[in-house]
Amino acid sequence: MSDENIIVVENLVKKFGNFTANDNLSFEVKKSEIFGFLGANGAGKTTAIKILCGLSFPTSGNVMVAGFDAYKQRNLIKKNIGYMSQGFSLYDDLTVKENIEFYAGIYGLSRKLIKQRFNELVGKLGIHDLKNKFVKDLPLGWKQKIAFSVAIFHRPRVVFLDEPTSGVDPITRRQFWDLIYEAVESGITVFVTTHYMDEAEYCNRLSIMVDGKIEAMGTPAELKDKYKASNMDDVFVKLARKA
Amino acid sequence: MNEIEIHNLYKSYGPTKALDNLSLSVEKNGFYGLIGPDGAGKSSLMRIITSLLLPDSGSVIVGGLDPVKDYKKLRLKLGYMPGKFSLYQDLSVEENLKFFARVFGTTIEENYHLIKPVYSQIEPFKNRRAGKLSGGMKQKLALSCALVHKPEILILDEPTTGVDAVSRREFWDMLAEIRKSGITILVSTPYMEEAVLCDKISLMFDGKVVDSGSPDDITSGFKNNLFIIKSANVPLLLNVLRGMEGLKSVNSFGQTIHVVADSSETGKPEIEEFLQKNNVSGCSVEQSPAGIEDCFIDHILTNTTT
Repeated sequence: MSDENIIVVENLVKKFGNFTANDNLSFEVKKSEIFGFLGANGAGKTTAIKILCGLSFPTSGNVMVAGFDAYKQRNLIKKNIGYMSQGFSLYDDLTVKENIEFYAGIYGLSRKLIKQRFNELVGKLGIHDLKNKFVKDLPLGWKQKIAFSVAIFHRPRVVFLDEPTSGVDPITRRQFWDLIYEAVESGITVFVTTHYMDEAEYCNRLSIMVDGKIEAMGTPAELKDKYKASNMDDVFVKLARKA
Repeated sequence: MNEIEIHNLYKSYGPTKALDNLSLSVEKNGFYGLIGPDGAGKSSLMRIITSLLLPDSGSVIVGGLDPVKDYKKLRLKLGYMPGKFSLYQDLSVEENLKFFARVFGTTIEENYHLIKPVYSQIEPFKNRRAGKLSGGMKQKLALSCALVHKPEILILDEPTTGVDAVSRREFWDMLAEIRKSGITILVSTPYMEEAVLCDKISLMFDGKVVDSGSPDDITSGFKNNLFIIKSANVPLLLNVLRGMEGLKSVNSFGQTIHVVADSSETGKPEIEEFLQKNNVSGCSVEQSPAGIEDCFIDHILTNTTT
């Protein structure tokens, strides 16, 4: 981890009519940090992620992502981030190779570079047998691992992962985290949401949102200490039950 | 007689085997969990039990009835909450519930006592459209609708997937409450820690039941020695331990690592010595009983080649 801030959020407010979805959020995420963004359903996580990804305007407050402003430089933000969710990741009717060529093409990578990185990826993941298969024919675990590789194929500064491991088996879930650690080693910053509380403990720092506000922030150890809890599950329950 | 009795069940979709020689039985008033990841076959099994899908072969008896021949009678006995929210988004909370009550020839009032533990929580919003509810509230409405005709058997397909840790606990508390009325519950989940909330469970993977019994039966069936290592730097320690001989598996569990020994020859002293040799300090090694997730991982490693 370095001291360079990849995400800076100051007093972020997002309103929908009378409803305040994000109520004065402030936080920073450092380069090569794994930042866990936790909260109950409806706490306002998705709203904040959309703003950080340049998909939605803040109502007020300052938001900088990868050095770009969330009001004026949304296209530059999009170029410098990666995104993956459980709900949507790859095109089922394209092969693994076609998916990668498609995404990398959108990000403007040259054919030569795409070819080179694709070969590296095939070697790293050991997917010689899978690369020309349709995505719909892959097991879910592989889909998720490949979707992550696609999300960081253009070497973004930060990658947003929205419940990336929902429903996958316990071994694949851990292999997925191995990929996350590797990405972090290479200098990518990871911003992740999850409902698995053991995964929350894999993060360097966590924030927990309750009703549109950040109620707690710190390392997993700090939070467990502060809330006198033996695991993150208890921290989460103590905080969210207060709401 | 058991409320659900399944023997040698097979179901394929083209070349994909969704259920592969599956057997299980659920006692009357049992609280039975199907534990497994996406693609294990949980939904296919539930759809066969609820008469919504035809089996290829095998025997299935639910509430004393055959879901293929007696589906009309069976459906009156069943409450089913599918994995996807399947209520009418344009109807209000109350209208949805009334609709399901009338389809089964009953009324909300008649069975109010049964749905009360769930429905009372969303009743203040009874005039809100279902499509405008939060995730947790939709779930409660779906459960109310599955219960309103006083079913004998309640089938819940991943009711807590994607739901936050707090709402998950509340949902399980509600199920325990509902069960007191004598209903039989079959519920599926990908969250291993929820397994211990059931009386009996089946661990499912790749269309097969890889283990079944009470959660205690399953964890006490774990034969190898398991050690829990606490460390401030899990990724680093993972890499170090993966280089150690005599270990069957090395897996992260939050800020700890679970290490399973190959044989009794690898114990706490051997692990400590190995860590010392690799200049790792400041971590504690303790032997521990296995949890459900340890058992599940062990079964996957034993049953697959990948």
